[in-house]
Amino acid sequence: MTGHQPLQPRALVMSRRGLLGGMGALALGVALSPRISLAQATGQAPADTPNPLEAILELRPDGTVFLQMPYVEGGQATSTAMAQLVGEELDLDPAMFTVECAPPLPAYVVPGTRRTTGGSSSVRRSYMPMRKLGATARAMLIQAAAARLAVPGAELATEPGRVIHPSSGRSLGYGELARAAAELPVPATPELRSPEQFRWIGKPVARIDGRDKSTGRTRYSIDVSMEGMLLASVKHAPRLGMQVRRLLNEDAVRAMRGVHSVHALAGCVAVVADRWWRANRAVEALQVEWSEAAEPGRFVMRADFSTAKAREEMRTADGPRYNAEDIGDAEGVLAAADKVVEAVYDVPFVSHAQIEPPSATASWNDAEGTLEIWLPNQAPDRFIKMISDASGIDPSKITLHSPTLGGFFGRHFVYPHSSPFPQAVALTRAVGRPVKLIWSREQEFLRDAPRPLGMARMRASIGADGMPTALKIEAVCDSLVASMGAAREAADPTAVEGLAERVYQFKNRKVDHIAYRYPVVVGALRSVGHSLNDFFMESFVDEMADAGGIDPLEWRRRMVSDSARHLALLDHVVEMSGGWRRGPYTAGDGTKRARGIAMASPFGSETATIAEVSIRDGEVQVHDIWTVIDPGRIVNPTSVRMQMQGGTALGLSLLLSEGLEFEHGKAVARNYDGYPMMAPYRMPRVHVGIIESGAEMGGVGEIGVPGGMSAAANAVARLSGERPRSLPLSKTRFAAGA
Amino acid sequence: MKLIVNGEQHELDIEQDAPLLWVIREELGLTGTKYGCGLAQCGACTVLVDGMAVRSCVTPVSSVDGASITTIEAVEQDEVGARVVEAWVRHQVPQCGYCQSGQVMAATALFKQNMNPDETDVQVAMTNYCRCGTYNAISEAIASIKEA
Ligand code: FES
Ligand code: FES
Repeated sequence: MTGHQPLQPRALVMSRRGLLGGMGALALGVALSPRISLAQATGQAPADTPNPLEAILELRPDGTVFLQMPYVEGGQATSTAMAQLVGEELDLDPAMFTVECAPPLPAYVVPGTRRTTGGSSSVRRSYMPMRKLGATARAMLIQAAAARLAVPGAELATEPGRVIHPSSGRSLGYGELARAAAELPVPATPELRSPEQFRWIGKPVARIDGRDKSTGRTRYSIDVSMEGMLLASVKHAPRLGMQVRRLLNEDAVRAMRGVHSVHALAGCVAVVADRWWRANRAVEALQVEWSEAAEPGRFVMRADFSTAKAREEMRTADGPRYNAEDIGDAEGVLAAADKVVEAVYDVPFVSHAQIEPPSATASWNDAEGTLEIWLPNQAPDRFIKMISDASGIDPSKITLHSPTLGGFFGRHFVYPHSSPFPQAVALTRAVGRPVKLIWSREQEFLRDAPRPLGMARMRASIGADGMPTALKIEAVCDSLVASMGAAREAADPTAVEGLAERVYQFKNRKVDHIAYRYPVVVGALRSVGHSLNDFFMESFVDEMADAGGIDPLEWRRRMVSDSARHLALLDHVVEMSGGWRRGPYTAGDGTKRARGIAMASPFGSETATIAEVSIRDGEVQVHDIWTVIDPGRIVNPTSVRMQMQGGTALGLSLLLSEGLEFEHGKAVARNYDGYPMMAPYRMPRVHVGIIESGAEMGGVGEIGVPGGMSAAANAVARLSGERPRSLPLSKTRFAAGA
Repeated sequence: MKLIVNGEQHELDIEQDAPLLWVIREELGLTGTKYGCGLAQCGACTVLVDGMAVRSCVTPVSSVDGASITTIEAVEQDEVGARVVEAWVRHQVPQCGYCQSGQVMAATALFKQNMNPDETDVQVAMTNYCRCGTYNAISEAIASIKEA
């Protein structure tokens, strides 16, 4: 072996910053400065207001900034948005920022934010707090410059990266002032820029990580390396709850080249080796006899569980029942109605399938009783607690790093049995060296927490005017929030989001969640309940409209007639798509096509979407999608467009081809070959419109998922005459056109 | 055996069937090339072998003995590769970025063969998964290289 240098990934260097003398940067101490007493004496900011220059913002002599934000970057461009928000008020070009997830320590808390990345909430939650942070730092830099230049602060101004004294022409770089500024009291109410003055907020600022990510320089968890590190791979029990009874060929495996040791852990076996591929090959070769779980339990997968059987049972399941919405008298009106439409829809479990497999690099220091760990995660505070609970190590002795995620889509929340950290911690303790554990794709398919299998049983009555008089929905699925720590025997809002409290003005409506329990630990997938419920709802809207003989655009216009915001969305998307035509019609290339429309209201944003499809050899082709989002107000139009396109792609993949089936308690798919995501060539052109209505800020990252898939499903129904009620569509060969 | 990676020759004592991906990542310490599936499904591990796109996770290292291998770390030293990277940056292609080393390598191989690929050429060459769904941006970047 030659040419192998021990790696010094950036994440590692960062954690050693203090020791390495700041790597040429200004290493600002985290000890509390005298600001607290000063602040109290001078009526400055309250004592718990953080000093942004102590920990969160590091202003470097070369004019760049290292910002430690409360969130994890995983593709959603949150780091760029944070650089825009802070940079706008600090007066520094966002391109000068390096942004990483802050350690879960009090010094890094930004009041008003929370350190969980999810719910499409990062940017909207941070809009004011991060601006205030930047403004606070700027005010402190000006004050430090005033002292240095011996002039009143009022005579000073800033230009990007510098404090200037216009009358004398003197100026000081932020980096030169950082140390002195950090010692100053934190001002309570720094002045914010008015939106008309914005140079970066609301502008198509380039992603700050675009070049690194185009050249392979970004370091993910899987790329972490430590001196003396060993590599590990595991083989999970085929069903959750099973345990290792005995190993049949341990000696032979131990003798394989590079193998360091073989370990039986909770619910899995592990091989530690000098290289990951050797560890993985060895663990694959390991023959294991598994024992059944001692007794049934919440996290025991039954040998007789199958998705086919679950679906059958879900058709008639009727409790426990949790009512989510009950307005008017839906049951009564339905019972008395002359004309009723009903339909049952279902969608499968789906995997997150983020391309970076989970990994954990753990280093246990026995002498000091400390643990350092790199782990893909969306919630550092909760993970540090989980790691502590599982290992018995005090949180103060754990250093948790949360690197950039190679995609997440909800994968790295706190779900039982779905994170590799317990195994990595056990292994580093056992071998006394740092261990990087990577889950092979096969092992990831076994322990991912898939999006719930779901069903909706829908009934509506149609009045003489063709419009609905009552709607009743029963959403059948397990509780997702229970996987994330909430009580299982309780209502789960994610089971009905997209069904209950819709903008449509039904006078009589009732929405129930019927909890059907399956032995699968489920997880949140990008757009969560909306990824299934909006498809159910928007499909059934078209069924109601068709039953009443009303055009589906006209139906939606009437049902949102009280809301100017939603009418504007519909107008905008119709205009973008060149006018509403449902079809079928013959396109320029001779194919028969049709269009569908859908609305959705995920995470505080509003959308309207139109899709155009054709059918070739029984397979659905989606050609164009026009989608309009109104998130109230935006920080970066390019990021919004990209997130809408990406979310649409995921939604279409769910519509067209994805599904995780179980037989005999085991997921059938073990890698991407058995789990077909939408092939790249099937991606339609996604045209994104943005409306900034000024309404309260909504989310962006997850918003694209439901609209395109639902609109495309409606287009397929129109074109083929067959209503898709069970996903994915690849199960069905569709007729070429009416 | 001899491995030529990014113009540098390496003498390796390693199993014949070691996957090229892991030799690149673990023996040479070049982590820009990514592991996604190990089964030639996702394309995250794409590298160039004598200018052709290859899924390195299923490529035994012995099969590329003496061949010239290019990874993402050196792609900009290639004239075509540099243009692809510039297009990727300009069109803001990456989201999480994890698949993008492979995407850039696949696009570089495409354009090294044919600077004016038609739609079918692009479809055949650009088959790597992107779970973030950056396919529209990839198409725009590719179109811009064609026009350039
Ligand atoms: S890792 Fe090689 S194709 Fe997925
Ligand atoms: S950019 Fe995230 S997987 Fe492609």
